[in-house]
Amino acid sequence: MSGIYKIALKLLVNDKTKFLALLLGITFSVFLMIMMMSMFSGILARSSSSVYNVGAKIWVMDPAVNNATSSIPMPDYVLSTAKSINGVKYAVPIYFGNALVKLKSGAYQAVSVVGLDDATLYGRPELTEGKIEDIYAENAFFVVKDAEFKKLESPTVGTEFEINDHRGLIVGVAKVTSSGLFGIPTLYTTYNRAITYIPSMRFTTSYILIEPKHESDIPFIQQQIKKLGYQALTRDQFVQKISDFYTYQTGMGMNVLMMTAISFIVGLSISGQTFYTFILENLERFGALKAIGAKGHELIAIILFQASFTSVLGYGLGVGLASGLMILARLRLPSYASQVTYINLSFAFFMVLIIAGVSSYIGVRKVIQIQPFDIFRG
Amino acid sequence: MGKVAIKANALVKWFGEGETKTTAVKSASFEANFGELLYIVGPSGSGKTTLLSMISGILKPNEGSVLVEGKDIWQMKSDDIADLRLHKIGFVFQDYHLFPRLTTVENVAIPLILKKMDWNEALKVGLEYLEIVGLKDRAQLQPVKLSGGEQQRVAIARAIAGHPDILIFDEPTASLDGDTGRKIVEFVKTKILNAERCVIIVTHDSRIYEYADSIMKMEDGNIIGFERNTLAAL
Repeated sequence: MSGIYKIALKLLVNDKTKFLALLLGITFSVFLMIMMMSMFSGILARSSSSVYNVGAKIWVMDPAVNNATSSIPMPDYVLSTAKSINGVKYAVPIYFGNALVKLKSGAYQAVSVVGLDDATLYGRPELTEGKIEDIYAENAFFVVKDAEFKKLESPTVGTEFEINDHRGLIVGVAKVTSSGLFGIPTLYTTYNRAITYIPSMRFTTSYILIEPKHESDIPFIQQQIKKLGYQALTRDQFVQKISDFYTYQTGMGMNVLMMTAISFIVGLSISGQTFYTFILENLERFGALKAIGAKGHELIAIILFQASFTSVLGYGLGVGLASGLMILARLRLPSYASQVTYINLSFAFFMVLIIAGVSSYIGVRKVIQIQPFDIFRG
Repeated sequence: MGKVAIKANALVKWFGEGETKTTAVKSASFEANFGELLYIVGPSGSGKTTLLSMISGILKPNEGSVLVEGKDIWQMKSDDIADLRLHKIGFVFQDYHLFPRLTTVENVAIPLILKKMDWNEALKVGLEYLEIVGLKDRAQLQPVKLSGGEQQRVAIARAIAGHPDILIFDEPTASLDGDTGRKIVEFVKTKILNAERCVIIVTHDSRIYEYADSIMKMEDGNIIGFERNTLAAL
């Protein structure tokens, strides 16, 4: 390390009180920003869990649908028409609904039920126990072993329950890539059993899942579905739609944005103020350095190094603290929805760079303005 | 008398404009030579510090020129002037301006570090200069743990560590008691001053006049007296 940066480092870290205050300010700010953004990312990811878990390339739905769990059932002709569109390899219905199950203990538990197309079982989950063909057995259900699994009293193959006065039987245990957002367990069964066991409206098809022959057929399929007054979205488009709904129409996005902005302002205030005080306290010495022969760019380098060092260290500590807390929270609350994404990390880093930039800008301005003559004049 | 270290020609400096214009130095000319301990004396507001700043490349005069070892410094670029200060001029400030968060030896090494000397080498040289001022055993202490006289000596060590040809002291005894002040200046006279070095001291402390080779007296921005090896003119 160049001598001038060693001086900068020693001036910074040897002033323990201010260094700790600076570090705390940035760490706290990063911690809050990462926590808020990660929770939001986690919520968004969970809100699209059904879309990821089913894995269909195209989803047909009512245009008013804004998230996977709030489907608006479609009439059967939509399915028939979808099957006849050029470029469609196959199209199958899927059912999404909620029900109350009575457990062995007598307790009631809300569940999410996914009804898979009887013929193809398209969108079926990966089983860890049982065989896929067991779903055709009488009253058969698969249970998803996710964070909510225990709410069904940790059923095993052979466990019985009641669902709307029908007998239900666990014939397999499945795993999925992502747990749902609403904290209720998930059961899979066949489409026909689902609409039989669960009270339904006139129409029963929640979504139509389409497999196109080629990727290039997707725009045409979307056009044809649109002509029916419905909407065909690719998986990514559906995920984006859900994400947009939670971000812009629930107030959640604005709240997270505000909290992130507040975290940023808190960090900026503490760091900016502390760094400014730090510079002010050393201003005369910076002037003395100028008099001795330090050039302007060397003094700027000292300040930028100090601001960058503190920021990067604070960023690392903030990210570490947030990650640690999330790990602890998950150990305690398996359904805790948060995920640290590269976008979150990059955004927080960008904000920290702004904090460092603003803090050092104030310092640099002061140091550039100080004249060695002022030192002589006292 | 040695070669000319600094030659000031008709230096004029004013501050403000119009009705607020104040002329701090009015056409000051003088020479300071190598091997000479020159005092600039006078009451507060007489223009001593302004003159000192102009001749050391810190404050640009409105008129006149300053030749340091024959070079007109105010014709140079600002970075070149900074380089000249770093390599040719050593400063000892009235309030020392030592960095309280650095150790004594690190403070002394600052000019060497600014000259891009390796950190460890700079500390080694810094330690040698601390030995010269008799403070080697205080090397690892922070300046706040030193007495005023010791801090002054650290400042001197820092000023001479870069081997400057010209040393400038601003009121070196202002914060010291009479005895310590005299000891400091005696130390400068006997240990720091040599035939290749010019030392300029701005002071209004008459207790240390006895050590001067030349005394330049200022009043109201004018040089009103310049005497060599004598106190009689004062």
